[in-house]
Amino acid sequence: MQLELRIKRFNPEAGTEPWWDEFTVEVEPNDRLLDALHEVKWHQDGTLALRRSCAHGICGSDAMLINGQNALACKVMAKDVEPRATIEPIRGLPVLKDLIVDMEPFFEGYKRMLPWLINDEQPPDDQERLQTPEDRHRYDDTTKCILCAACTTSCPIFWGDEEYVGPAAIVNAHRFIYDSRDQGAPERLKILADRTGVFRCRTTFNCTEACPRGIKVTKAIQDVKRSILFERY
Amino acid sequence: MIVGAGGAGLRAAIEAAGEVNTAVISKLYPTRSHTGAAQGGMCAALANVEEDSPEWHVFDTVKGGDYLVDQPAAEIMCREAIDAVYELEHWGLPFDRTPDGKLDQRRFGGHTRNHGEAPVRRAVYAADRTGHMILQTLYQQCIKRDVRFFNEFYVLDLIMQDGACAGVVAYELATGEIHVFKAKAVLFATGGFGRIFKISSNAHALTGDGPAVCLRRGVPLEDMEFFQFHPTGIYKMGILISEAVRGEGGILLNGEGERFMERYAPTVKDLAPRDLISRAIYQEIKEGRGVEGKDYIHLQVHHLPKEVIEEKLPDVTEFARIYLGVEPTRELVPIQPTAHYAMGGIPTDVDGQVVVGPDEAPVPGLYAAGECACVSVHGANRLGTNSLLDIVVFGRRGGRHMAEYAAGAEQRELPDHPERDTAELLRRFLEGTGGDNAADIRAELQEQMSDLAGIVRTEEGLRKLQDILNGLHERYERVVVQDKGKVFNTELVETVELRFLLDISDTLVAAALARDESRGGHWRDDHPLRDDEHWLRHSLAYREPDGSVRLEFKDVKLGEYVPMERKY
Repeated sequence: MQLELRIKRFNPEAGTEPWWDEFTVEVEPNDRLLDALHEVKWHQDGTLALRRSCAHGICGSDAMLINGQNALACKVMAKDVEPRATIEPIRGLPVLKDLIVDMEPFFEGYKRMLPWLINDEQPPDDQERLQTPEDRHRYDDTTKCILCAACTTSCPIFWGDEEYVGPAAIVNAHRFIYDSRDQGAPERLKILADRTGVFRCRTTFNCTEACPRGIKVTKAIQDVKRSILFERY
Repeated sequence: MIVGAGGAGLRAAIEAAGEVNTAVISKLYPTRSHTGAAQGGMCAALANVEEDSPEWHVFDTVKGGDYLVDQPAAEIMCREAIDAVYELEHWGLPFDRTPDGKLDQRRFGGHTRNHGEAPVRRAVYAADRTGHMILQTLYQQCIKRDVRFFNEFYVLDLIMQDGACAGVVAYELATGEIHVFKAKAVLFATGGFGRIFKISSNAHALTGDGPAVCLRRGVPLEDMEFFQFHPTGIYKMGILISEAVRGEGGILLNGEGERFMERYAPTVKDLAPRDLISRAIYQEIKEGRGVEGKDYIHLQVHHLPKEVIEEKLPDVTEFARIYLGVEPTRELVPIQPTAHYAMGGIPTDVDGQVVVGPDEAPVPGLYAAGECACVSVHGANRLGTNSLLDIVVFGRRGGRHMAEYAAGAEQRELPDHPERDTAELLRRFLEGTGGDNAADIRAELQEQMSDLAGIVRTEEGLRKLQDILNGLHERYERVVVQDKGKVFNTELVETVELRFLLDISDTLVAAALARDESRGGHWRDDHPLRDDEHWLRHSLAYREPDGSVRLEFKDVKLGEYVPMERKY
């Protein structure tokens, strides 16, 4: 079948303004949108720039704005967007070339969450720290995050305020705050109670819809808000 | 300097950072590496849920590797596995738990109780996202330690001086600039090269960069003929469906609905090692028992409790739904073998030091770990979960040794213009006047490698393939890129990657042609028996200045386990 691709282009070496290009490619219904983009890059226009690696939704490289919704190009099937897909870079981060954006601000937000297990007690020798299946289950959802930025760059608050840490950073804070082995919750909650933290969220649920891993992002943010309000976690 | 930010590279960085000035350089962003795609688990004989011992793990690894494993290295890996798992847990890795709060363990192919009696529960796991969790946890520890990263820098050359490592040359994707990095020690952890094949579970980025760069600088590649085809790739796409599916009770059915593995491996059936199952699938399809006469068979999970499918295998269940439109809780899942793992690579000792020649002379300052290296703990066929174990155990050992070495070593003088070869290579693609397209050459390479150097090989096919490869190298000389820019010229990157794929393929084919026996992942239809008299040897493939491949061989380091017939 034929698929039309309308792609927003930008090349700092060619000019200061973005432009739109259209391509028509022959694909199978079960091909990924990433396959269609490769078809363009490999046989029509080698200058098209995008990030990708694993091609099955686990590395988090190819988040894009596809027909108005953030998604990974390797998890959108051609049959689900035919006859036409409009593709833009994810929003709120500086575009470097075509579909490639500067991820540094995104990772800076992530790093502000102290994203590592904080526990000053010496772990037992030659043994694991114990954790019940129930305690393990409590933070399971937010361990799925692949840092693709689909959630953060779908958030209207983030578009308007680059200081806001954004949903992905909160998801990764959540993953530790509710881990029974972690002792860093007070410190993280303090950071998230700040004006750049969770209370910027207006629960539009864009993040939850955008997450390619099915994480209940808005719920995770609400969990953190409640923990700050009631000092319980 | 650590090249590659997957599990092995990050684990090495954690070890070296704080000891010496350390940086990680990667052509991808951290957490994009393919360690994150590993699903099922990581084996260690913790004996948390049933009796187990590291010795049994060693035996399974040696037998699984069809006795080409260097047994002292396997002993180190299986012994240090236990500590490596606890270390990851202490760093916060969210492993699944038993009701009493310990790390839960599941079955995996080829891992058995008491030397092959029955499958054993040895693999710790985090649902079917174990690799993802390992990668995230290691990256978290790197952030905690403030490890320096050069993201989206692509290493294109290794700088050698007087037989020792002096640094690397890298291309910065964002600017198109070429950088020279001085380093007292360099560790390659660039992963695999499954992209030499058409149907592969590997990421697009897995193009054998580290091994190919070393090969061009005189380092041989070991055991390149041994490539693992994983039995359960999603039909036509090659995306991996974890062995954990069979560990949890999933079964394979041929086109007649028969559970055919009962014929090939009566004891462990669907949990036989991957090489055996992939060949069995190949045989079933060849004899007309594929589904509807086509080149795939079925994986069945719908007899399992729904909770097991949804909670223990959520990712693979999602893959089937998205990529095949199949509902695994009711329907059969079409699968075919997929090129998955390189047992061979840059030869190293158990401390990650690169060693060359049959006498294993170390190259000062040069290290490798993970899939790009060959220690050799996987021999002729890797057991499931042992790759995650390999990266943490030998990443740690390599990182530790390189830090000790660098602390006491002088920085070597750089040769004049170490960037010259790289600059010349890139200039040719940018300014050339030829007309060939890298994507077409790559597609042809992948097609031919799969046909003639895949699961089943013959002398005739391999010789034909050598001619084809020569032709592809010639075409490669005429490749020109359309993108002449400096900013994120990913077409240029893909074009260089193709050169690495071609060089790697040369070594694989030459070694496969020489080895006139069948062992593990290397099956010669014209020599179907294992030949221990002549072939308890590792191959070492060198690239000669004229582009041809020269082979040497070195003996396998045997140990407690003498080669026996390999039955399951």
